[in-house]
Amino acid sequence: MRIILALLLTATISFLAGLRLEWWSIAIVSFLVALLIPQKISGAFISGFLGIFILWAVLALWIDSKNGNTLSFKMAELFKLGGSSILLILVTAFIGGLVGGFAAMAGSSLRPLPRARRY
Amino acid sequence: MRIIPFIISSFITIALVFALNKKWGPIPAIGKFLSPQQGFWQNAESIDGNKNENIPYKNLKGKLSVYLDDRLVPHVFAQFDEDAYFAQGYLHAKYRLFQMELQTFAAAGRISEHLGNDPRFINFDREQRRSGMVYGAENALKAFESDPVSKKVCDAYTAGVNAYINSLTASSLPVEYKLLGYEPEPWSNMKIALFLKQMSKTLAGYDNDLENTLSKPGLSFDDLMQLNKQVPDSLVPIIPKGTAFDAPGITPVKPANADSLYFEKKDTAKVLQYSKPNPLNGSNNWVVSGQKTSSGAPILCNDPHLELTFPSVWYEMQITSPNVNVYGVSFPGSPNIIIGFNDNIAWGVTNAQRDVRDYYEIQFRDESRKEYMYNGNWTQTQLRIDTIKVKGGTNIHDTIAFTVFGPVVYDRSFSKALSNNKAIALRWTAHDESNEGMTFYKLNRAKNYDDYLDAIKTFSCPGQNFVFASKQGDIAIWQQGKFPARWYGQGMYVMPGTDSSYQWQGFIPQNENPHAHIDSGFLESANQRAVDSTYPYFIPGNYITPRGISISRNLSSMQGITIDDMKALQTNYYSVFAEGARNVLLKYVNENALDAEGKKYLDMVRNWDLYATPNSTGTTVFQTWFDSLEASIWADEWKKNSLQMPYPAEQTLLEWMNKDSAFKYVDNINTPEKETLNDIVTRALQKAIPELMEQQAGGKLEWTKHKDPTIYHLLKDNVKPFARKIPVGGWSNVINAVTTTHGPSWRMIVQLSEPIEAYGVYPGGQDGNPSSKFYDNFVDTWAAGKYYRLWFMKENESKDKRILSTLTFSKS
Repeated sequence: MRIILALLLTATISFLAGLRLEWWSIAIVSFLVALLIPQKISGAFISGFLGIFILWAVLALWIDSKNGNTLSFKMAELFKLGGSSILLILVTAFIGGLVGGFAAMAGSSLRPLPRARRY
Repeated sequence: MRIIPFIISSFITIALVFALNKKWGPIPAIGKFLSPQQGFWQNAESIDGNKNENIPYKNLKGKLSVYLDDRLVPHVFAQFDEDAYFAQGYLHAKYRLFQMELQTFAAAGRISEHLGNDPRFINFDREQRRSGMVYGAENALKAFESDPVSKKVCDAYTAGVNAYINSLTASSLPVEYKLLGYEPEPWSNMKIALFLKQMSKTLAGYDNDLENTLSKPGLSFDDLMQLNKQVPDSLVPIIPKGTAFDAPGITPVKPANADSLYFEKKDTAKVLQYSKPNPLNGSNNWVVSGQKTSSGAPILCNDPHLELTFPSVWYEMQITSPNVNVYGVSFPGSPNIIIGFNDNIAWGVTNAQRDVRDYYEIQFRDESRKEYMYNGNWTQTQLRIDTIKVKGGTNIHDTIAFTVFGPVVYDRSFSKALSNNKAIALRWTAHDESNEGMTFYKLNRAKNYDDYLDAIKTFSCPGQNFVFASKQGDIAIWQQGKFPARWYGQGMYVMPGTDSSYQWQGFIPQNENPHAHIDSGFLESANQRAVDSTYPYFIPGNYITPRGISISRNLSSMQGITIDDMKALQTNYYSVFAEGARNVLLKYVNENALDAEGKKYLDMVRNWDLYATPNSTGTTVFQTWFDSLEASIWADEWKKNSLQMPYPAEQTLLEWMNKDSAFKYVDNINTPEKETLNDIVTRALQKAIPELMEQQAGGKLEWTKHKDPTIYHLLKDNVKPFARKIPVGGWSNVINAVTTTHGPSWRMIVQLSEPIEAYGVYPGGQDGNPSSKFYDNFVDTWAAGKYYRLWFMKENESKDKRILSTLTFSKS
């Protein structure tokens, strides 16, 4: 459940940060969320990755549908993706996801180690 | 805390962000570019249409509204002229900023600064600056800033451009900036001047003086003039034949030593221009009087032929204030309407094609270039050190020496491999102080012929044929520009630059420029020589003869002309050149020498209807054959004499073949036997056959597939998906003059009835943003030879359903 919470927080705060800040604010947000919310390092990677992946995919899809695929088609031709808008959206989301994932890993690994229980 | 995973993941994150935030060669910063909140996705416009906007402008003088119609053509309504030009600058920037900047960077020799460290860019930049583009722009700026009206217009326009630039954020930058990784800089009046200089280079920057000079050892002056025939037999001049010209107001005198020091001196410069404008930058315009039209009102037509690009060089708009009400096309980068109409008159332009550039060989005292020989004295040059910034490279400092003749373009520090290290200065009318913008400002407001004449008579460069029609019913044309008065042969070659005797002795008086003002009949211009041989001046130029013949022939026979007739004429594909040339080919070809393939292609030419339509195969075979013939006639002499100039005009060759089938260039000088025209014509077809077979096998025998006309984005092959192929016919010698990348960049027809009825179309769209449906929405209409009815809006029509959105401006 914490992964879901972290994922939602990462996506929401990154969106808000992106209204004003440089694109790489996604790294800071993912880092801070993972620092705050206890997760396994692998879990943090997944929540960071998916948080940004979903955010960027949804935004790109939304923009693209309003534009009627005109620009995404041309860009997907330009970047040798065979004119596939969907592929370009996936690449976009994946690149963002990678940054979010690794930043979340870094944040998570800064957390204090969970204490071993003593009996 | 887990140190190792932290270090590893932090390192990966930082490396990723760094790598994705950096531009790698031509690849933009991927993270920044793909970010849906900052990158290119932000440029994707909603197809729902544009929204109304309110734009703050603190110096607003009165009410200002812009109504954007369903073709995204803005109709600007202002209470004050300054506000109107502010809006024009704002709109140009809003829809065409990248183009405006790129064109002015090119003019100023600043391409390497933005496009990178490439010797082609650096040579281009250096030649631009050395040929005085910036110097000319500085002089133009002086002229229009010293005129209070021009200054007011330009200041307002510049403020409008800057208001838009200042409103941009990282995410709203036009997509080209994101691809290339730079940001716009502030606009200035100097950039308006630079833009106009770039047009001067495009339209009045072509000559072959350097090539001619290189040809001296192998080609006499008489030969050269024969190949550059001044008055073709078939010429239909702009000013009707038989018009009497005034005695010349100035008679230039040939220097006494010209034969030895100029015409016959062979060891002069060996340099070539690095970037030459396309000689096909031509145009058509014509005007018919009311006696010839069905409505009884004059009709004016214009289609300027320029490079077809995305975004187009033109931006369509209407500008209305209490002092002006004008509609037409403007140049993003400069205020006013350039081609259009108002409530009383219409006007259009074609290029005069006159040579207004000459070169002089300078003798420097030493390598410092501080002094040069002039009239027997060592004279100071003015040295100007230009700094060329190079993206991804070190700055280049270039010293340019200015002489009384003009800037020294080529010298020891800048010349091509062919150079002898000679120093060559350029004299060009585009260097001189003049205010071309004022002509358009006045034309926009002109009410009659006198206003029109007053508007154009100060126009200097590039020389244009201004065609005119008014509601009063009169029609006119002037070939207007500042043209040097030359003695015969002056400036065909590089001239001695050690004294004043070879300088231009003056200019042809303005009132002697070719012109006609009539009440009945028609007038036309299509880049042909303006006058017959009785004109009292030597006026070399890069003239194109056939289109003028076609237009004149059509208009002569037409009566009761309608707007539809004019549409048909502007998009007419008939080749009057091929009509004459095919006769010659068929007369001289030896059919018995051809094999089955050869006979097949010969039949295609024989059965061709002479229209260069898109799916015509006859056009392809004819053109390939004629190209092959030109090579067969000229290539041997060109190679032997190392000639660098283009082959003579096709019209020259045609007339020669008609007159004298044994003219001296027919023989192939590389073979022992003496060829006849029959041999050469037949062999030319035989040589063309392999290419034709290859084209046919590839399905490219149809004319449009063969020539493959395409509209490229200004960034050319770097952004191929932004380009569009256009399945049209045409050629530079037919009225519908579409070649591969050039053609009618705006077609306009104006009937001066009450109310005015006007039509127009250009191959492009109003919005430079490749994501917009308005990026290329006119292309299909244009390609189909169709037009839009131009809406000369009145402000009380602001509720019309054609209005898509409104921009309003307010003081806060």
